[in-house]
Amino acid sequence: MDNQRPSDRESIIGKSVPRSALRQLVHGRGRYTDDIQLPRMLELVFVRSPLAHAKIVNINIDDALRQPGIAHIFTGADIAEICKPWNGEAAHRPNLKSAPQYPLAMEQVTWQGEPIVAILAETRAQAEDAIDHVFIDFEELPAVVDPHGALEASAPLIHPDLGTNLADEQLIEAGSPDEAFNKALHVVEADFTFGRQTGVTLEPRSVIADYNSGSRSLTVYQSHQSPFQMQDLYAQNLAIDENNVRVICPDVGGAFGVKLHIYGDEVAAVASSVLTGRPVKFVADRMESFVSDTHARDHRVKARMAVSANGRIQAFEVDDLSAVGPYGHARRFSIVEGLQTITSAAAPYKFKHYRGRTRIVYQNKNMIGMYRGVGLPIACAVGEQMVDLAAAAVHMDPLEFRRQNYIDDDMYPHTTATGIHFEQLSLHQCLTQLKALMNYDELRQEQQQQRERGIYRGIGIATFIEQTAYGSRYYGPTEARVSVQEGCTLKLEPTGKVRCLTSATEQGQGTTAGIAQIVAEELGIGVDDISVIHGDSGTTPYGGGSWASRGAAMAGEAALKAARQLQSNILEVAAALLDLAPQELTLSRSRICLKHNGQSCMELEEVAKIGHFRQDQLPADLQPEFAVTRSHVPRNDVPPYYVANGVQASYLEVDTHTGIIRLLRHWAVDDCGRILNPMIVDEQVRGGIVQGIGGALLEKCHYDLQGQMLNASMADYLVPMASEMPDIHVEHVETPTRYTQLGAKGVGEAGTIGAIGVMWCAINDALRPLGAQVKEQPFTPEVILDALKQTHQ
Amino acid sequence: MKAPLFDYVNATSLDQALGLLDQYGEEARIIAGGQSLMATLNMRLSQPQVLIDINSIQGLSGVRETRKDIRIGALTRHMELLESDIVKEHLPLIASAMPHVAHVAIRNRGTIGGSLSMADPAAELPACCVALDATFELSSRSGQRVVKARDFFSGLYTTERQDNEILTQITIPKCAPQQLHYFEEINRRQGDFAIVGLACTAAVKKGLMSSKRSLKALDVVIFGCEDKPTRLAQTCLHLIGTSIDKNTITAAKQKLEQELNPTANLEGRADTKLHLATVLLERALLSLARDIGTID
Ligand SMILES: Cc1cc2nc3c(=O)[nH]c(=O)nc-3n(C[C@H](O)[C@H](O)[C@H](O)COP(=O)(O)OP(=O)(O)OC[C@H]3O[C@@H](n4cnc5c(N)ncnc54)[C@H](O)[C@@H]3O)c2cc1C
Repeated sequence: MDNQRPSDRESIIGKSVPRSALRQLVHGRGRYTDDIQLPRMLELVFVRSPLAHAKIVNINIDDALRQPGIAHIFTGADIAEICKPWNGEAAHRPNLKSAPQYPLAMEQVTWQGEPIVAILAETRAQAEDAIDHVFIDFEELPAVVDPHGALEASAPLIHPDLGTNLADEQLIEAGSPDEAFNKALHVVEADFTFGRQTGVTLEPRSVIADYNSGSRSLTVYQSHQSPFQMQDLYAQNLAIDENNVRVICPDVGGAFGVKLHIYGDEVAAVASSVLTGRPVKFVADRMESFVSDTHARDHRVKARMAVSANGRIQAFEVDDLSAVGPYGHARRFSIVEGLQTITSAAAPYKFKHYRGRTRIVYQNKNMIGMYRGVGLPIACAVGEQMVDLAAAAVHMDPLEFRRQNYIDDDMYPHTTATGIHFEQLSLHQCLTQLKALMNYDELRQEQQQQRERGIYRGIGIATFIEQTAYGSRYYGPTEARVSVQEGCTLKLEPTGKVRCLTSATEQGQGTTAGIAQIVAEELGIGVDDISVIHGDSGTTPYGGGSWASRGAAMAGEAALKAARQLQSNILEVAAALLDLAPQELTLSRSRICLKHNGQSCMELEEVAKIGHFRQDQLPADLQPEFAVTRSHVPRNDVPPYYVANGVQASYLEVDTHTGIIRLLRHWAVDDCGRILNPMIVDEQVRGGIVQGIGGALLEKCHYDLQGQMLNASMADYLVPMASEMPDIHVEHVETPTRYTQLGAKGVGEAGTIGAIGVMWCAINDALRPLGAQVKEQPFTPEVILDALKQTHQ
Repeated sequence: MKAPLFDYVNATSLDQALGLLDQYGEEARIIAGGQSLMATLNMRLSQPQVLIDINSIQGLSGVRETRKDIRIGALTRHMELLESDIVKEHLPLIASAMPHVAHVAIRNRGTIGGSLSMADPAAELPACCVALDATFELSSRSGQRVVKARDFFSGLYTTERQDNEILTQITIPKCAPQQLHYFEEINRRQGDFAIVGLACTAAVKKGLMSSKRSLKALDVVIFGCEDKPTRLAQTCLHLIGTSIDKNTITAAKQKLEQELNPTANLEGRADTKLHLATVLLERALLSLARDIGTID
């Protein structure tokens, strides 16, 4: 047993300190939104569109209103009276078109699952019973389903006012790609199809709104990643004074980006509370989650890579088509997957000639938004797969080919042909470490021996980058009212314990535990002496919340600054009491000590007590300042993100008769800058890898040609399960960012980004001797068998 | 997802349950393990007036051995079958199928009677019962009748069971000492319903010379392809009397392609399923051939 208290060790940052906040969850004492019961609360359910595209001719709610327990029924028009629509436009991209979106459908429905009518009843069962008594006449319209079809001249327009189904088109060009391709000795090409996926959080989206007509104040409990964004939205769109809007995110059971967005159904629930003056609860059930939680991916990509005889990448080209559902997500936009695809594919490599194009189209399917990794998994899969093809074309080992083409260590800071700025990556070091970790050379031999016995195993390697902690230079110009600053308030309590209020939010990933470690280390107290309060727009400092792997990097930096300031304030009081200069003192293990020899002079508790209760003992002009707030926002003169990097490898076996894939082993070497808690980082990497494997092998939202989702249940939408997962070995390289004092970059998405790419590479490595290549994710047995069949013809 | 209102009766005797079934007809639904039924209720795919819970009825559960048969009560949980020594010894085909039936939590509640009554075309137990020529005892107010598994399954989620009947017992002949079996299914996650599965039993005729051993009996059942478990009668007929070798396997695969008519679903097109079924048949025959020593 290690019964040393963390504060007795040299450093708390970098230690695998267990997360004390988990105890209440393990005890069954977590408090999720659905656990909250308010007096006079109504339950809300939605009548959702059964059709992908239709005009709403008439809505008849008379019969439904007569059903037992029904309190109110609202249509889109009722809600629109008090709630303004929102729009997924971005000020800095004037060509990006998006239609205004209302909480509930108005004249037309644009996807199967779009909410149309809100039914409020005393119980959820009564509300569900009334659904069958709402009668809606639709005039069905042809549905735009296929992304290529969306652009055809004959395609029906989803929003006639936009005049097109093309949301946006973005181009990047560097060097002279055409010339480079013409001159190149080898040009490899490939097509990619990425199926639609969704986030599948354990806890579904949930909201309770409580509008107090007396005080004209609104309190919302919401399972969300950003209480601040929602506070802003409710204030803006429902016209309530912002000081009277408070959004609280209780325990959140997983989010993955799904819970970052603005959802019509959630806003309609809040508006319903305003309209009725009663608390209103909406909890999405699993089936409606599948047709209303944001989806992701759904890309078609064509890529080409030119390579010289000696295996140098000369030029690269990516053409991406991304289908995003009928609306762009307000404030987050739905073009980001496409943009990241063309800016990040093959970004770790040092070619000069590049062309990237992404086209983003609307279609009559559920909306596409941010999901763990956003466009980076696609970028990684495309880039790494092309690198493998290029290596094969010049008969080079794919690992050595990567090493030869990586940006050299002495080239940093470096801006890629695709336009990404790298402060410092550790590509070479990660690859070297991975090679040793996985015993690469022996594994290749083993693979060869197995092939001779007719067993097809694949080794995949995927280098990934992760732009984390997006800053104001990115979001500011969009005018999207997305805060990228994070804040931290520390309060020293009279017993020497500390309360930490952070703007970071927690969805189960352990960000707040990492923040407590920073405070403990910087302040000089134990982690158990700190409790972290988060997820409350009414009490914590303003910030962005948790998304884009920003919690540790940004809110962590704010916590570091606050802790340093609080320590200095404490030492000032202690110095006065000890009759010493503050510079002579330090705070360590909750004791005031002499800096030069570490000798303890006074307990922190004593200073705290005097500062709170016995100010009479202090000099007349000394004010004890035991509450401190600090913020952090990335500087305007540095890139708008910190780039983490890493490399993953997979070893798997393809049954060429059945198309079944067996995962044998998985490795990751990740560099997320300074590591706060290795245990949490490892589990983030592992969990992310499992989610990526799910996307590559199992998960797909199946739609038919009429835009009906066919597998909207956990029985038919397959998520990864533990029994199929390989052992995942994780190691680290630490390259702290110099843009902050803390040096942490993000890690939340690393696993997912690399895992999808590494699956593409490993499976195609297994199939290569058979002349087969898969081009469509997820890699179902049928996809594998079809690829093999093509080689027989 | 809340079920619509229904009445609930916890039946304490078979008579009581059968009486209620008579009274409510198709408006009644039996609940056994509830693993399939609860989901359909909550999704409002099924809206019965009354649920008749049979879990408290004595004598509907357990595995018994008679001289020739194994008798399994309809309420026997998947977990009990999985762990039963009697099943391991006398019904090795079922023993090898059970680990593929759902996941632990579901196996703790789900019952064999529920699985057979549900008649999911991709489920393991219906296929095994057809392969093993099981018989099902159906009870109603007017008495009992026995239906062969091979006649019981009539289509997609439909059986010969009448609305007023309860499946009470499953009888399966004990496996003879020399009897062989093979079970395999293809799915993407352990515990899911099969994309395609195969359950088979075989018996061998000993020739005078050991290399002449041939098949005396063979029953191959494919599941997850058609709307109910498919007995490959023609294919088997073709193989009986032969000793298995490369040529007979190739011929058998061709027979299967004529005999099996898979329906597409989200897990695969018809041609994919047909291909997978031939792969399973080949593996089954190779395994039998190894068992009887005609191929090593
Ligand atoms: C996630 C998941 C995965 C699963 N995977 C598999 C799998 O891989 N393979 C597999 O075979 N099954 C699988 N199942 C189904 C599982 O085996 C069910 O338990 C089984 O199909 C039904 O058994 P039950 O006792 O729960 O029946 P219930 O759900 O109680 O009833 C099912 C139906 O049978 C009727 N019924 C039940 N008992 C009787 C009886 N004695 N007489 C007449 N009618 C009766 C009911 O009225 C109802 O219509 C899975 C289920 C889940 C939830």
